[in-house]
Amino acid sequence: MVGITVDGPSQMQSQATVVPPRLEVAEDRRGAGEDFAALPTEIAVRDLDFFYGKEQALFANTIDIKRNRVTAVIGPSGCGKSTHIRAYNRIFNLYRDQKAKGEILFDGSNVLSSQTDLLDLRRRIGMIFQKPSPFPMTVFDNVAYGLRQHYRLSRSDLSNRVEDALKRSAIWDEVKHKLNEPGNALSGGQQQRLCIARAIAAEPDVLLMDEPCSAIDPVGTAKIEELILALKSKYTIVLVTHNMQQAARVSDYTAFFFQGRIVEFGPTTKIFSNPAEKQTEEYITGRFG
Amino acid sequence: MNAVTDVRAAPPRRRSIARRKATDLVVKVLSWIGAWFGIAVMAFIVYEVVRRGAGALNWAFFTQPTPQDVTSTAGGFANAIVGTLVITGVAALIAIPMGFLGGVYLAEFGRNGRVATAVRMIANVVMGVPSIIVGVFAFATIVRPVQHYSGLAGSVALAFIMLPVMARTTEDILNLVPNEIRESGLAMGAPRWKVTLGVVCRAARGGLITGATLAIVRVAGETAPLLFTVLSSPYWMTGLFGPGGFFGGPVANLTKTIYDFSGSPYPQWQELAWGGALVIIIAVLGMNILVRLLFQRGKQW
Repeated sequence: MVGITVDGPSQMQSQATVVPPRLEVAEDRRGAGEDFAALPTEIAVRDLDFFYGKEQALFANTIDIKRNRVTAVIGPSGCGKSTHIRAYNRIFNLYRDQKAKGEILFDGSNVLSSQTDLLDLRRRIGMIFQKPSPFPMTVFDNVAYGLRQHYRLSRSDLSNRVEDALKRSAIWDEVKHKLNEPGNALSGGQQQRLCIARAIAAEPDVLLMDEPCSAIDPVGTAKIEELILALKSKYTIVLVTHNMQQAARVSDYTAFFFQGRIVEFGPTTKIFSNPAEKQTEEYITGRFG
Repeated sequence: MNAVTDVRAAPPRRRSIARRKATDLVVKVLSWIGAWFGIAVMAFIVYEVVRRGAGALNWAFFTQPTPQDVTSTAGGFANAIVGTLVITGVAALIAIPMGFLGGVYLAEFGRNGRVATAVRMIANVVMGVPSIIVGVFAFATIVRPVQHYSGLAGSVALAFIMLPVMARTTEDILNLVPNEIRESGLAMGAPRWKVTLGVVCRAARGGLITGATLAIVRVAGETAPLLFTVLSSPYWMTGLFGPGGFFGGPVANLTKTIYDFSGSPYPQWQELAWGGALVIIIAVLGMNILVRLLFQRGKQW
């Protein structure tokens, strides 16, 4: 079969039936040499549906995001990768017509519940966007933004933490003499690392990265990929990418999305070497998408 | 219809290239004439006002009040300039904060809701209301009840004109700020108001300052609303209360004084009126140029 054409809803229905239940795939995940089930789960997504107005964009997404691992989310444009992670920190709530149903369990409670304190949720689940978006203020104030928002800090403590966040984001040497210059005067790749510093300064548990390198040149991309590998020891990272080499290079687990469904999820080595699903194989070998 | 059965059999007939070029030329020339006509009128006004008014601009013009009698050669427009600055300034103090907040509501909170849609429509309508009607409105609501003209009544009338301009400009400017900026702010766990004021408005500050300045410029040269509210006065404004004060009686202002002096039969008064017109043009032009420079530097999102 060369390429696949899935258009009608009838085909989408049949696809749902091909997706194996989550527990069955769990057997294969041990292929990466670690016991997936035994790893602590940071975020457990159960039957997540997502709607843009009346149009449903995600269908019954179920996935476990493991602590201190990089989980890559891949799939063709419009498959719902970004939509999926934008549910984790409820950033979609900015738009009135967007709704999520199902469960996203984080630290024992459902993120989608109306009881959730969004400010604290977003401190604990930081996000990096596709387009570097430094705030219109100095480099220092950018990184201090989240710290000032969530913590009471003395001036010296604040500047120590800003410095530390910039160091951990591998950008300190480039900006240490530019702390009082506007953040958007930096290069694109530097701006993105500045945004990472801004996110990790607030001491989150999880970092959501929504195609963080798609607007960055190859050198900047390499630096960010190194950074992701270094940050893994402290944070749980979910990385949306349309660059499959990137997913293969930096992630431990990979989820393949297609038309709003999680077609396959497993250890990255297995997804890229021996995928269980035909659609996954066709996508990663570049036959469609 | 003579049906062409096989579209591939013959290439389609070409349109005349010469004709297309001619049409292109006609449109180009017409738009060129239109543009230069507008510029020429503008240049002519500025030239004429400078030619006739420049002679009046001397030290006395900016320091002396309007002349009391026709025989005196002394006298300037200082009281009118001060009055216009105060009246416009108070109008700006009323309208800019309110208009700014209204614009923030329209762009950030109301968006396409029913309230915002209604407010936006009303603002558009009010912007089109002739300014003399705003003057009559202020006369009926402020001047009539207290039985006297006042600077305040004029400021309120001008504020009424500025308010929708400021609100709609603020909304348009904030809509230019990309959503990623809002999302990044919210993703840091900051509340909506903080993101709006500290990040979004900050990103748009150049445009917001421009909007506020243009709203001031819009009313700085208004005459009609002042006729019913401030009138004018040949004297200095004497503080706040009492017949000569901002709240208590007519206040000297540039536009009404220009109107009075230009209609007088005395050449030296007419020259003063040209001088006043020149001052307004310089101020309005100067502010426009200033904000354009500011905007270019402030645009950095």
